[in-house]
Amino acid sequence: MTDATVNALSGPKGPKPKKVFSSTNIIIYGTLFVVCMYYLLPLYVMIVTSLKGMPEIRLGNIFSPPVEVTYEPWVKAWAEACTGINCDGLSRGFWNSVWILIPSVFLSIAIASVNGYALANWKFKGSEVFFTILIFGAFIPYQVMIYPIVILLRESGDGITAFIRIFNSDADNFRLMGSLWGLVIVHTIFGMPILTLLFRNYFTSVPEELFKAARVDGAGFWGIYFRIMLPMSLPIFVVAMILQVTGIWNDFLFGVIYTKPDTYPMTVQLNNIVNSVQGIKEYNVNMAATLLTGLVPLVIYFASGKLFVRGIAAGAVKG
Amino acid sequence: MANSVEIKHLDLNFGAVNVLKDLNLEIAEGEFLVLLGSSGCGKSTLLNCIAGLLEVSDGQIFIKGNNVTWAEPSDRGIGMVFQSYALYPQMTVRGNLSFGLKNAKFPKAEIEKRIAEAADILQIQPLLDRKPAALSGGQRQRVAIGRALVRDVDVFLFDEPLSNLDAKLRADLRVELKRLHNQLENTMIYVTHDQVEAMTLADRIAIMKGGKIMQLGSPDEIYNRPENIYVADFIGSPSMNFFDGEVVGNHFKGGDLDLPLDGYTFGPGGAVDGKAVIGIRPEHIITGELVAGAPVKLEVPVELVEPMGSDTLVYGTLNGQALRIRMDGQARVSLGDSLPIGIDPSRASLFDKASELRL
Repeated sequence: MTDATVNALSGPKGPKPKKVFSSTNIIIYGTLFVVCMYYLLPLYVMIVTSLKGMPEIRLGNIFSPPVEVTYEPWVKAWAEACTGINCDGLSRGFWNSVWILIPSVFLSIAIASVNGYALANWKFKGSEVFFTILIFGAFIPYQVMIYPIVILLRESGDGITAFIRIFNSDADNFRLMGSLWGLVIVHTIFGMPILTLLFRNYFTSVPEELFKAARVDGAGFWGIYFRIMLPMSLPIFVVAMILQVTGIWNDFLFGVIYTKPDTYPMTVQLNNIVNSVQGIKEYNVNMAATLLTGLVPLVIYFASGKLFVRGIAAGAVKG
Repeated sequence: MANSVEIKHLDLNFGAVNVLKDLNLEIAEGEFLVLLGSSGCGKSTLLNCIAGLLEVSDGQIFIKGNNVTWAEPSDRGIGMVFQSYALYPQMTVRGNLSFGLKNAKFPKAEIEKRIAEAADILQIQPLLDRKPAALSGGQRQRVAIGRALVRDVDVFLFDEPLSNLDAKLRADLRVELKRLHNQLENTMIYVTHDQVEAMTLADRIAIMKGGKIMQLGSPDEIYNRPENIYVADFIGSPSMNFFDGEVVGNHFKGGDLDLPLDGYTFGPGGAVDGKAVIGIRPEHIITGELVAGAPVKLEVPVELVEPMGSDTLVYGTLNGQALRIRMDGQARVSLGDSLPIGIDPSRASLFDKASELRL
């Protein structure tokens, strides 16, 4: 009798102890470590190489940290590296990219959010068909549309020139093809399907009664959009911003096709620096240039990783 | 009394589905009308049509004599309270209350005055600077009512406003709504699937099924003189007992039942011989000492007993069918007993078997 009591008291009690070095844990963390190394090692090599001088690089120890840290390659990549006849480094590409990025992100999000809002809350006859067509646009390969867009930009540039000349017969040719604005238009159009989908799904998840209450309270299309929907949907705007900023910053194809050397975005210029075949290959400058170009999306990801995941999940719940 | 809301030949189709069919309804000034029905009967749809949130397919809607069929919701003189409260989450209570007034470009002083009045009536003054997230369910619903109140509307529309609240709070707010109606004397249209809410609040109840009004009448009429079997079955908990039989020469005969219909008030059609259904409410079955004075006496075997505190529900068998009897909470009945019961035909409801309409 007493034995049983003692056993009951000395038996399992409280939280169950966990084994730290279980085989499952070793496999999970081992795999995670290997995968981390796989992705981090190239980044490490890039950073150390960009901080070395050329003589040190020629020694061939790509994994060794720099003996003599030099920021020369970074300065050169930013301000002095040559592409073609221009020798002002990546800085020009950076500013081009910035001037492409800001209006593109702003325009595409502004239009797509109103699209999504209208498709979610102000259903009109054929709105579902319209939405389907828009989504279908997301699945058409870019290559199919490249040449038609070249023509479109050229012709509409000519059209605008003709229009301006009605008022001012001496006006210069207005060009969309090859200008930053042309590229802005292209980015805005190509961002439309996926952003509209994102916003529509988000606005659909906002309770319908809220929308009805606002209508009873006398708010119209824009009143509800600006005063009810906008303040409620900051997370999805952040997600759309991240998607667009990284997407447009990393774009190479449209940048190389729809602009000219003066207006090349940073990615195109990076390619021209790294792939130039004349002279010696300055690996340290190339690495620095690549890191500089990747800095903007990297910062965006690090600063907003959590919001990014949350927004993607929010958009995916309802379809 | 003038009509506050008038609905004439209203039709509403969703694609090929006919949700409301040739619906006519007149609601008097200051009346509390409850639209009652099971889900999918079109009651919320009708309310949304009155509010102007759904476009009607045919027919007209008048509010205070004005044809508002094509008017915007905000121009109809209606305020609406929703089941999920639908408070704007990013605004304070004050912001929620003033939103409609700001849209209507009211001067600031007038807005402040109206908010103060509404807050006073609903006792939400201490909450004015809080966000909806910091309010309880009951408080949120009060703010939602306040939003309709400040706009000084002619007609209040309630779309199942108490369904999201717990039982006790629901009862409290129900009483408060009734008090509010007595105080404001506005026309109120109230959608619910809860018959207790309908019976307690309504001046008149419209029971709907499949986009049609099955019966429109006072709670007393609906309860005591249901016009058809659907209404008789829908109202009352536990629901009415129905037995098939025949009306023959001022008697209802069916199995063990033989009820003289001398005391029964027939409708305009009068007594017609033929197949019929009799409906007897569980609470109208006479038990205990009163059985001695009942017009018809029977004995039924007891199959099941459900004590509920205030009442005891007894399931007996009559004509091979379950018979629900509501007895006093203190009644002591055991399984297998033979329970003497009495039936008063004057309190029963007779329906034609084929048309299911009241005789």
